[in-house]
Amino acid sequence: MGKLAIETRGLKKSFGTTHAVAGVDLAVSAGGVYGVLGPNGAGKTTTIRMLATLLRPDAGEAQVLGYDVVRDAQAVRSRVGLTGQFASVDEDLTGVENLLLLARLLGYSRRRGRERATDLLDAFGLAKAADRQVKKYSGGMRRRIDIAASLVVTPELIFLDEPTTGLDPRSRNQVWEIVRGMVAEGATVLLTTQYLDEADQLADRIAVIDHGKVIAEGSSGQLKASVGAGSLHVRLRAPEQRAEAERVLAAALDVPIELSADPAALSARISDPERVARSVAELSRGGIDVTEFALGQPSLDEVFLTLTGHAAEETPEEDAA
Amino acid sequence: MNATTAEQASAPVTEDALRSVLLAGERPSRPGPVLTSLTFGWRALLKIKHVPEQLVDVTMFPIMFTLMFTYLFGGALAGSTQAYLQFLLPGILVQANVMTTMNTGITLNTDIQKGVFDRFRALPVWRPSPLVGALLGDVMRYSIGSAIVITLGLVLGFRPEGGAVGVVLSVALLLVFSFCLSWLWTMLSLILRTPNSVAGVSMMLMFPLTFGSNIFVDPKTMPGWLQAVVEVNPITHLATVVRGLMHGSVPAGEIGWVLVSSVLLVAVFGPITMVLYRNKK
Repeated sequence: MGKLAIETRGLKKSFGTTHAVAGVDLAVSAGGVYGVLGPNGAGKTTTIRMLATLLRPDAGEAQVLGYDVVRDAQAVRSRVGLTGQFASVDEDLTGVENLLLLARLLGYSRRRGRERATDLLDAFGLAKAADRQVKKYSGGMRRRIDIAASLVVTPELIFLDEPTTGLDPRSRNQVWEIVRGMVAEGATVLLTTQYLDEADQLADRIAVIDHGKVIAEGSSGQLKASVGAGSLHVRLRAPEQRAEAERVLAAALDVPIELSADPAALSARISDPERVARSVAELSRGGIDVTEFALGQPSLDEVFLTLTGHAAEETPEEDAA
Repeated sequence: MNATTAEQASAPVTEDALRSVLLAGERPSRPGPVLTSLTFGWRALLKIKHVPEQLVDVTMFPIMFTLMFTYLFGGALAGSTQAYLQFLLPGILVQANVMTTMNTGITLNTDIQKGVFDRFRALPVWRPSPLVGALLGDVMRYSIGSAIVITLGLVLGFRPEGGAVGVVLSVALLLVFSFCLSWLWTMLSLILRTPNSVAGVSMMLMFPLTFGSNIFVDPKTMPGWLQAVVEVNPITHLATVVRGLMHGSVPAGEIGWVLVSSVLLVAVFGPITMVLYRNKK
């Protein structure tokens, strides 16, 4: 663990009677992707807005790159990049005008700013759309110009608020490639998402947020392990041997065996992976032919369901952010 | 339509190009408040370039008012339309500018709802510069409006005795006052939720302020209580100054009055706007 890029203690923010963020503690180490996972209204956006100095916390403390988000707000602003959930560029302006505007505001000369804007548009595959108004961009292009706008001065830390919400799979993959590219160059990325596979694919560590609180934190492997080692799926050559297989597996694994709708298949939630190897041996010793034998890690969906008691994709209340 | 052609134009992100832009870790020094405000002003001009329809209020509205008042009421009010035009035109110029300032609030309210303002607020720049820049862009709109009104006036027979100097001075003073008055609307736009409510409240304030003044008629014929109201209305003083300068007299006391009220407007509404802006959700 290197130094911390983000550290928060007891961060709180309420809007009227809604406790959008109800005491969030985070410790994000520098480098890599940190995922904040939660359903709509969990408090992800509010948290990111406090860290990016757009909202003042009601209580608690937050340090970003060692600077307090309230007392040293300008120091934070000059070191982080923010890509909000909604278009964070001016839709009336063209792509190159948007980037040039930001470059000028960040202190580039007119000439260097134009060069920087052109380089960014090239790198993000937007060179041909440079002189077109952003409102005429497709969803994927708009996300890319949003992210490019956060990189006019390469930030040490970049906040991406739901960067792939509403994107088609191809554009989503492009955004993922950009995130991986930024991390490869040493940046720290904090991204919020409501997609479990996105957190699984990108994030080194994940904080699961629900109702304004962190309810679990760890690598995706650790989170999965917290709900059990995974599940075993077995498929037999001969369905009539299923009863026999069920008896053998139950004895070897010491957990309840579930019989699937498929008459030749069985599955079990595993608590001790050690026993799995032994159970294979027991099956073949009993003369039971197996065509498929798979040990799967639990999905983050299962993790979320176990942790919160409700599925991740459901929307229990309106977005408090 | 456009989205499909745009998508075809987009190439996939290339890893090497991405690496090179990320590694170009240039950190230019932070620009000062004047430069950032002017840069935001440039943004406002770009928006006028891309959405020229937004100039309708500074062009059509004053033209309509000038023609309407001169030819409908001029003869009845001043004996002849020509005589009335000499009196009315400086007043219409004041009204056009002051009314146009309302648009600042409406535009800002629309703008702030969008994500781009979050980005501006997250930038390490002098905090008021996005607002000051927007107001500077509006000064350009006021100048366009003023040019149109004066040109129309000259065509219709308006003959300023103060000459070009008087006209230029009066427009300069108007721009200063309008810029300062705009802070009232920036404040309102941060308090009210929708552009429509900003427009509604602004109208409610602007109509009595502009009509309850000496813009259209000499207040002599008004009842005493109304004369008292007109007398304290800052718009009256502004119209007196503009009229004076255009017709060759320099009402020093009145100019002082206008400058003091300009400073007061910024001193009161500027800080309130900034507090609201900082704490905006």
